[in-house]
Amino acid sequence: MARKISFKQAINEAIAQEMGRDETVIVMGEDNVGGMGGDGERDAWGGVLGVTKGLYGKYGDRVMDTPISESAFVGAAIGAAACGLRPVVELMFVDFMGVCFDQIFNQAAKFRYMFGGKAVTPVVVRTMIGAGFRAAAQHSQCLYSLFTHIPGLKCVVPSSPYDAKGLLIQSIRDNDPVIFFEHKLLYGLESEVPEESYTIPLGEANIVREGDDVTIVAIARMVHVAQQAAEELAKEGIHVEIIDPRTTSPLDEETILDSVAHTGRLVVVDESHPRCNMATDIAALVAQKAFGDLKSPVTMVSGPHVPVPFSDALEDLYIPSPAKVKNAVKEVLEYAK
Amino acid sequence: MTTEINKELLLRAYRMMRRIREFEERVHVEFATGEIPGFVHLYAGEEASATGVCLHLRKEDYVASTHRGHGHCIAKGMALRSMMAEIYGKKSGICGGKGGSMHVADLALGMMGANGIVGGGGPLICGAALAAKIKKTDHVAICFFGDGGSNQGTILESLNLASVLQLPAIFVAENNGYAESTSSRWAVATGNIADRGAAFGMPAAIVDGHDFFAVYEAAGESIQRARSGGGPSLIEVKVNRYFGHFEGDQQSYRGPDEVKKLRETKDCLVLFRGRVTKQNLLTNKELDEIDAEVSNEVQDAVAFAKQSPKPQASDLLTDVYIAYA
Repeated sequence: MARKISFKQAINEAIAQEMGRDETVIVMGEDNVGGMGGDGERDAWGGVLGVTKGLYGKYGDRVMDTPISESAFVGAAIGAAACGLRPVVELMFVDFMGVCFDQIFNQAAKFRYMFGGKAVTPVVVRTMIGAGFRAAAQHSQCLYSLFTHIPGLKCVVPSSPYDAKGLLIQSIRDNDPVIFFEHKLLYGLESEVPEESYTIPLGEANIVREGDDVTIVAIARMVHVAQQAAEELAKEGIHVEIIDPRTTSPLDEETILDSVAHTGRLVVVDESHPRCNMATDIAALVAQKAFGDLKSPVTMVSGPHVPVPFSDALEDLYIPSPAKVKNAVKEVLEYAK
Repeated sequence: MTTEINKELLLRAYRMMRRIREFEERVHVEFATGEIPGFVHLYAGEEASATGVCLHLRKEDYVASTHRGHGHCIAKGMALRSMMAEIYGKKSGICGGKGGSMHVADLALGMMGANGIVGGGGPLICGAALAAKIKKTDHVAICFFGDGGSNQGTILESLNLASVLQLPAIFVAENNGYAESTSSRWAVATGNIADRGAAFGMPAAIVDGHDFFAVYEAAGESIQRARSGGGPSLIEVKVNRYFGHFEGDQQSYRGPDEVKKLRETKDCLVLFRGRVTKQNLLTNKELDEIDAEVSNEVQDAVAFAKQSPKPQASDLLTDVYIAYA
């Protein structure tokens, strides 16, 4: 039987294998070693949720703790990338982009263009996204749309351990700046992952489930919410096709458009805030390029236009649920002109 | 003195400072004709700073600059032709006309770019220094920033990070007295930017930025310390700019005759010439020859820029990614 590991282990393994393969790969971020300078274990934490645990033991000084100074250390990773290293830097929660975004979107993203095509900035910024941790408004957002907006960045949103490993290895080898979004509720998810190194190209969607009635495009953890909805719908004789774009930039438009050409109906499930998010972007794409294929309006299932709340009673209402996805699917199926 | 000052070095220093001055004075004139687009921030008056620091550098050393970046680019060895063409927005520019004055860069020379974001270079230079350290080279990385940048979190964070990681980085604060129009006497709480060095556990010095020799000596000491694994330093260069924040700035925030007096009493080129001729190190004839050569060089750069074609429509969409599916 094939080996199963968790999403978190898959990420750790991807980094470890790339560090073994290429000595220019370094790891840095808050608590990434996790005990620097104290009297206890040097690598006590290995990342706030233990994702980089063990790397310091294997690779020593190529794994670094940093002060809580996101601008300085994310920027340093970017500068180091421009000077010949391949840093994998951790921005602990994507919500912290507010204190370092300049280095990402004005520096890393623009070097190549501003400098006339001469800069090479192979940096990976790993960052946690997503609600469901009861972590409230400043530790729960899905801000990948903000990064997707910026030319010069690539944005990766894996939904399974298999994809996480292959996409992260590809991201580390990629010569452009990549933002790698890890949904914190997926860390414990297990699936079959090959032990050997492999890559998944950026810009290739995955058809997670095939079906004829409705296309669902879902991102990150929402792929699993969509799958749960799909299983329940199947019992009612409704067969949905689930597309996981896996990267929001580049976006595999073709796979989405092909599926909509087949089903004629689209539901987009995006956990992020509803204005100017990936759901609106994909809806616009389909409206513009596949209007003739549509049998009903595109429906979007997203969080509401509010910050992520703390209380579980409210947060559970915030996060798109299988029930909401089911309703959306039925809505597009029942639409009649 | 950490590096011996010989005649050859003096000639190089004067040529570099003159090149920056001539370039900037000429851009000032050409900008007024309307032919140069966008924002231009001139470095004239501050030449001894870039020169005093960069004469210690090798090609493999890194420099991050500011929006007032022409002087640092020239001091790091950028070709005047492609630099001028970039400022004119021409295809033959060092960045193909896609960067302009605020983003002139040549990574092959270790010139990591002028920067449109005040304080933006601090973290980047920590990265360059980190790369040098990880690769076990003795290369150093220089972050030029202004009194305005000295108040940015990026710079303060970078000072701490560089100190914590003991990076071979030198932070050169060019305090020219004004962050745009706001006096550094008002906006820098400590008065001296160098006073902040102690807060980050690094050596700091204040030098007269009109005196090439003072800058050269302080920079030499810091750079040697960084090269030999002694960690980062902070140097505050007290200097003045002859022009406004940007071209077109009426400078009504400056005192009457302030610039006139500066030009009369605080001109690094005049001070340098006075000292080296008085000490019989160089002759006026030698310096006059450099003036004439540099004048021709800048004239050639302007002519090149003016006659160069602009980018084509097809250039709009290129150079965003190395590969994008």
